[in-house]
Amino acid sequence: MQRLDVPHVFRCHIPPKMIKLIGVLVIAVGFGLRLNPLLVVVAAGIATGLSAGLPFHEIIAQFGRLFVENRYMTLPVVLIVPVIGLLERHGLQEHAERFIRNSRLATAGRVLLLYMAVRQIFIALGVKIGGHAEVVRPLIAPMAEGAARARYGALPDQTVQTIRAHAAAAENAGNFFGEDIFIAVGAVLLMKGFFDAAGVNVGVWPMALWGIPTALVAFAAMGWRCHRLDRRVARETAAANRPRGKGAS
Amino acid sequence: MNLITLEAFYVIVGIVLLLVAGRIAADAAHPKRWGSALFWALLAVTFLFGRAIPPVVTGYLVLAMVVLAAAKQVGRSSGAPGSSPAERTAHEERLRHRLLWPALLIPATAVAGTLLLARVHFGSVRLIEASQAALISLSLGALFALGLGLWLTKAPVGTPLAEGSRLLQTIGWALILPQLLAALGGIFAQAGVGEVIAGLLAAALPMHAAFVAVLAYCGTMALFTMIMGNAFAAFAVATGGIGLPFIVQRHGGNPAIMAAIGMLSGYCGTLLTPMAANFNIVPALLLELKDRYAVIKAQAPVAVVIFIANLLLMYFCVYRF
Repeated sequence: MQRLDVPHVFRCHIPPKMIKLIGVLVIAVGFGLRLNPLLVVVAAGIATGLSAGLPFHEIIAQFGRLFVENRYMTLPVVLIVPVIGLLERHGLQEHAERFIRNSRLATAGRVLLLYMAVRQIFIALGVKIGGHAEVVRPLIAPMAEGAARARYGALPDQTVQTIRAHAAAAENAGNFFGEDIFIAVGAVLLMKGFFDAAGVNVGVWPMALWGIPTALVAFAAMGWRCHRLDRRVARETAAANRPRGKGAS
Repeated sequence: MNLITLEAFYVIVGIVLLLVAGRIAADAAHPKRWGSALFWALLAVTFLFGRAIPPVVTGYLVLAMVVLAAAKQVGRSSGAPGSSPAERTAHEERLRHRLLWPALLIPATAVAGTLLLARVHFGSVRLIEASQAALISLSLGALFALGLGLWLTKAPVGTPLAEGSRLLQTIGWALILPQLLAALGGIFAQAGVGEVIAGLLAAALPMHAAFVAVLAYCGTMALFTMIMGNAFAAFAVATGGIGLPFIVQRHGGNPAIMAAIGMLSGYCGTLLTPMAANFNIVPALLLELKDRYAVIKAQAPVAVVIFIANLLLMYFCVYRF
């Protein structure tokens, strides 16, 4: 996933071979037409490979090699879903929901924002505590839904979907915009490696510290979204619970 | 030499996937019985024997999985979830907070393992490879949690398999989308797609203006990340093609500020793209959302706000400090 091809980077003065962009076009058109993403991705890869002069077999072999190399992306999901499924069958989501009902201050938005803050702080210290399969599905999404239910009663399906989508958004935003502050993993080391290879002297600490302003902005932006989410939940549940026949006012 | 490697966990994943395939094949009521069973079995093969079989064979196996998915032959079992709300509430009232223990054991093991396991060695034999510590610890956490969960709930061993199989089928063929996209990113990188775009942009834009250089760099980071699905892959291309030559060398900008904020501009792209499937598409399916793009839609306003903030931050800071 993190391929660094530093020497190739400085070739920009060579006249561009526009035909190589055909893969990008395939992606844009394919996703735009809502074709099966797997098919679109393979077609884009084959088109790009052929345009770069690779034989068909070679492209397929590349797909095979890189598919195996990136198995680590699928590993956590497959290992975690059995235990999460087991716990959900014994009421984990119901428990998370009941737990949050005891708090009068809780709203869907506040639950998600608090989660994002915790996620951001921990990842900035180099500790990964979240994850969509590990935490969001079994705990955070039910807690956010539970907080909304405790306030407004039954939720329309559309509202549930919106809350869950925002739970995933809080996980992603918290993950991405905290990570760069920690110097010993991932992004900062990658940037350092790039600059070392390019012969530019840059320290890891300035890069990590200059990640902080954006981390704060990200938190504020998510705060705004969570506030909007709460207002939306209130509006949608009010509309759904309004007795029929009184007309739309 | 390392005692425990990721390969061992890939084998476990392969066995789980094979059992999923077996359950589907044995389920006469499954609407896409044989296509689905074949899909999961092929995926199992790539996990069990990925290192042993030649890449070109794996490539054709992957192609077969893609064809099965595109032909709509991969589906979910029609059966209802294995438990009713009443059952779950009854269990919940019995188990209460104990339900949380296994769920918390996963991150706890992951954190402790990441910090400790890589340091364990017996002479020249290390317990695990340092670069794999996080994934191995997370995997161990999942296995420990499974053991604890089975002990606490007194459920039969078949239950986690049945529930896991149901959840994996909820994700369906999209489970392999992240791996396939990573492969596409590799092919893009090999063909030099990024360099072509960076070259076009650098030639087309008035880079003598300091703000345009910042806009071009942040924009390229976000755009490449959206195309490649991965900010790390975009970083080398955007920084080598636009950041270093224009912001640093031409306008004397600070490389640390440029890189830090540039990478975070890339992450704004990650929030916006279906190409980052493991963050945006797989979770939408895992949360059982009807709209595959619902997570991206929820994130889009946040991404735009952060991107604009990054642009201003970089413009006002990169040439000053």
